[in-house]
Amino acid sequence: MRGWKPAPHILLLLPAFVVLAAVVVVPLLLSLYSSFTPFRLTRPDSIYTFIGFRNYLRLFADQEFWVAFGRTVLLLTIALNLEMVLGLFLALLVEKATRGQRLLRTIMMFPMMFSPILVGFQFKFMFNDNIGLVNNALQSLGLTDRAIPWLIDSQLAFTSILIAEIWSSTSVFAIFILAGLMAMPKEPLEAAKVDGCTPLQSFRYVTWPFIMPFAYIAMTIRSLDIARAYDIVKIMTDGGPAKRTEILWTLISRTAYSDARMGLANAMAYVAIFLSILFTILFFRQLAKARQQIGAEW
Amino acid sequence: MDENQTNRIKQILLKIGHLVGLFIAMAIICLPGLWIVLSSLRPTVEIMAKPPVWIPESLSFDAYIAMFSGVGQGGIPVLDYFRNSIIISVTSTVIALAIGLAGGYAFARYRFRGKTAIFLGFMLTRTVPGIALSLPLFFVYAKLGMIDTHFGLILAYVALNVPFTVWLIDGFFRQVPRDLAEAAQIDGCTRWQAFWQVEFPLARSGIASAGIFAFLISWNEFALASQLTRSTNSKTLPVGLLDYTAEFTIDWRGMCALAVVMIIPALTLTFIVQKHLVSGLTSGAVKG
Repeated sequence: MRGWKPAPHILLLLPAFVVLAAVVVVPLLLSLYSSFTPFRLTRPDSIYTFIGFRNYLRLFADQEFWVAFGRTVLLLTIALNLEMVLGLFLALLVEKATRGQRLLRTIMMFPMMFSPILVGFQFKFMFNDNIGLVNNALQSLGLTDRAIPWLIDSQLAFTSILIAEIWSSTSVFAIFILAGLMAMPKEPLEAAKVDGCTPLQSFRYVTWPFIMPFAYIAMTIRSLDIARAYDIVKIMTDGGPAKRTEILWTLISRTAYSDARMGLANAMAYVAIFLSILFTILFFRQLAKARQQIGAEW
Repeated sequence: MDENQTNRIKQILLKIGHLVGLFIAMAIICLPGLWIVLSSLRPTVEIMAKPPVWIPESLSFDAYIAMFSGVGQGGIPVLDYFRNSIIISVTSTVIALAIGLAGGYAFARYRFRGKTAIFLGFMLTRTVPGIALSLPLFFVYAKLGMIDTHFGLILAYVALNVPFTVWLIDGFFRQVPRDLAEAAQIDGCTRWQAFWQVEFPLARSGIASAGIFAFLISWNEFALASQLTRSTNSKTLPVGLLDYTAEFTIDWRGMCALAVVMIIPALTLTFIVQKHLVSGLTSGAVKG
C-alpha cells in the first residue's frame, strides 16, 4: 500500500458521504428494521420481537391509512399543477412589466422566505371563523352574513390548506420560469412573428419549450421538499376536523408520538418515503428529457 | 372607426388589464404578511373586536416589548429561542458549506464512474420527509442522550443541507471556466493554490448564497426540531411559536410579533442573494 493515495474526488466526496450515511442512511435502516417489529416507545424490549410484514399487512388493510395516502397524493397533485399554472402567469405578468421589474421580482420572492410553519399560522389566523381577515372582509362587504367555518368544515378545510400551500410555493415556480423567460433569446420569437404566428402559437411552440426545463427544475426542487406541507397542515388543522384533512405525515407523527407505536409509524414512514422518491424521480426524468430537447435546439 | 384606432384602443385595454392583473397578484402576495405586521402592532382587543375594526386606532410596540422582557412579563423565553436558533443555524450552515464546497467541487471538476448515480443518491436523501426521518433520529438520539442538545440538531441540519449546497456549489463552479485554473497551474500554482486563488474567488458570491439558502432552511425548519428539542436548552424559534398556543386559545398578537421577528432576518438575507440563487440552481441543472 506504499504511496497509495485515494483519488481526489473520493476524498472530496467523503465528508458528504459520512454525514449523509450517519444522519440519514443508518437511521433509516434502523427504522426499516423497526418497521418489522411491534416496537412501542413505552416498551423498549419490543424492538427485539420480529413480526415480519405484519405491520405492513395491517397498514394495507387499514382504510384510514389509504384515505390519508389518497388525500396526500390528491393534495400534492392539485397543488403542484395549480402552482405551475399560476407561477407561469405570474412570471409572464412580471416579465411584461416595463418598469420596476426589480421591485416586482423582490416582492415575488416574498412567500419563499416564510417558514412553512409561519405560513400555517398566518393562514390559520386569516381563515379563523371568528376574527379572521377573510371572514371579516366578507362580512363587511356584505357578501355573507354568517361566519364561514373555513377550518371546521371538512371540504373548506382542505381548500384552505390548499390555498396556503399554493400561496407559499407558487413563487418557486414563478422565479424559475421568469429566469427562463429572461434567458431566452429574442430572435426566435421575432422570427415566429414574421412568419405569421399568433401570440398563442408563438407561446406554445417557441416560448414554452424553452422555459420547460426551468419549470422542471422548480418541480424538482419542490418535490425534494414536498413534505413541508406537513408543517402547514399540522398547524392549520392538525388533521382535523374528525381526520378529514389527515395526510400521510400527520398520521405518521400521531401514530409515532401520541400513540407511541413506533413500529407501525415506521412502516407508514417507508410508504411516505417511497411516495417522495417517486415524485422526485418522476421530475428528474422529465428534467433530463427537457434538457435533452433544449440541448438539441441550442 | 378606422383600423388604427381600434388597434390603439386594444393596446390600451391590454395594458390596463396587465397592470390590474399585476396589482392583484402582488396584493395577494403581500397582504398576508402585511396583515401579520399590522396585527402585531394592534392591541388584542382590536384584533378580537366584533364587528371588525378596520382602521387601527392605536398602534404600539407593546407586544415586542413584552416579548423581549423575559418570561415573567411576556410569557415565553424568546431570547433563549433566538439564541438557540442563531447558534444552530449558523453552525450547521458553516459545516454544510464546507462539506458542500468539497462535494460540489468534486462534481464540477472531476470525471468518475457513477457520477450521476451518486448525485441522484445525494438528492434522494433530501426527499426523506422530516417527520419520517425524525422517528429513527429520535430513537438514536434518545439512546445517545442527544435529545434537546444543540449538537443533535446541528448534525441533523447539516445532513439536511448538504445535498442542496452540493447542487448549488456544483452549479457555481461549472460557471467558472476550467481553463483559468489550468492556466494558473501552468504558471506554477499547485492545484490547491489554483483553487483558493483563482476558482474560489470567482465562485465566492455564489457560494455565499448557497450558505444563505442553507441558513434559511435551518432557520425555518420545524418537523425535526419539534421532535428533537424539549426545553429552552435547544428549542428554536419555529418551535417557540407553539408556546403562544394554549389548548383552545391563541395569543394572536404575541404570535404575530414573534412571526415578524422570525421573518426579518430571512427577509434581509433573501434579498441579498436572490439573483445568485436562481442562476446557481439552473446552471447546475440545465447545462448538466
